[in-house]
Amino acid sequence: MRASGKRTLLLAAFAFAAAPAAAQTSQFEQYQKMVGEDSPAELFVLVGADLWRKKQGPKNASLERCDLGKGPGVVKGAYAALPRYFADANQVMDAESRILYCMETLQGRSRKEALKRPFGNADKPSEMEYLDAFVASQSDGFKMTPGMSHPQEKRAYELGKALFFARTGLYDFSCASCHGEPGKRIRMSDLPVLSEPGPARAAMSTWPAYRVSNSQMKTMQWRVNNCYRQMRTPQPVWGSEVVNSMIMYLTVNAKGAVYAGPGTKR
Amino acid sequence: MAGPMKARARMQGNYADVRVLMSHPMETGQRKGRDGKPIPKHFIQNLAVKLNGKTVIEGECSQAVSRNPVFSFRIGGAKPGDKIEISWLDNKGETNKTETAVA
Repeated sequence: MRASGKRTLLLAAFAFAAAPAAAQTSQFEQYQKMVGEDSPAELFVLVGADLWRKKQGPKNASLERCDLGKGPGVVKGAYAALPRYFADANQVMDAESRILYCMETLQGRSRKEALKRPFGNADKPSEMEYLDAFVASQSDGFKMTPGMSHPQEKRAYELGKALFFARTGLYDFSCASCHGEPGKRIRMSDLPVLSEPGPARAAMSTWPAYRVSNSQMKTMQWRVNNCYRQMRTPQPVWGSEVVNSMIMYLTVNAKGAVYAGPGTKR
Repeated sequence: MAGPMKARARMQGNYADVRVLMSHPMETGQRKGRDGKPIPKHFIQNLAVKLNGKTVIEGECSQAVSRNPVFSFRIGGAKPGDKIEISWLDNKGETNKTETAVA
């Protein structure tokens, strides 16, 4: 009896080792679903909404008149239509770059001051994380329609695409090294193939996101920045053409998705 | 200086399903800061839920609960439109509350 018990155990161990990746994927998906219901992301939205209306900076102005691409003061659906080209700034901007632009123009703040702390921590989230969460929340249910017609928008897409596949840095990694083929993961996190519409939609429609494991709201600028950190490249400049083009490429891949953020991640 | 709270309550059959989000650092007292000194305990100790002003749930809570916790409760006998108030009290004596109506 004892021997047969052992055999069963051994078999069980084998079965576990050989369990298809699909079973693990579904566990991860189940977890994502569980943490997604009533997420603390909503708390960041509430604080962000207050910050949006708060008068500050040398001009003592709020961000309420900010033109996120749908006209001054229109926040509804704006996030889902970004990134896009803005003639006033003569560049392609993602949501965060545009919020920063409004801090500079409407509130009269210096770029340096407004960008002093773009990424916060669990004890003290950054102003941008709150604001980005709020702006994103106002696009819940909107179809994602990044700008794709202006020559600069096309250029950003092409640059982002080239960067996605360009191998660089200490490890000679490209984004595609991790996000280029299906079935890959880091620890328990599935790695989406971001050059494909399906996985790109699932990913891009849920950023920015609250990260349960470190209790923080993480933005898209952070996401790209941190991927480059993991690839051991020099830190990309916040809101630079490189980062914004990458966000443009990823968002265009996800176009047509129904935006459902801010999301919740592991 | 407590951060925001958000609650919602929905009828599900004959009970109200109440969900509440709270901002709280929920420090266990086990972590050390950059200076090497332990970060003092700071966590929600008591929770209370009132239905139309009458306390229906009183609970205790420990350091084992995560930062920015989410709680859900079921309140039997609630009706649509009933007022639900949820409050917490932490070990530093700070408190916060929020209200919602059953939908």
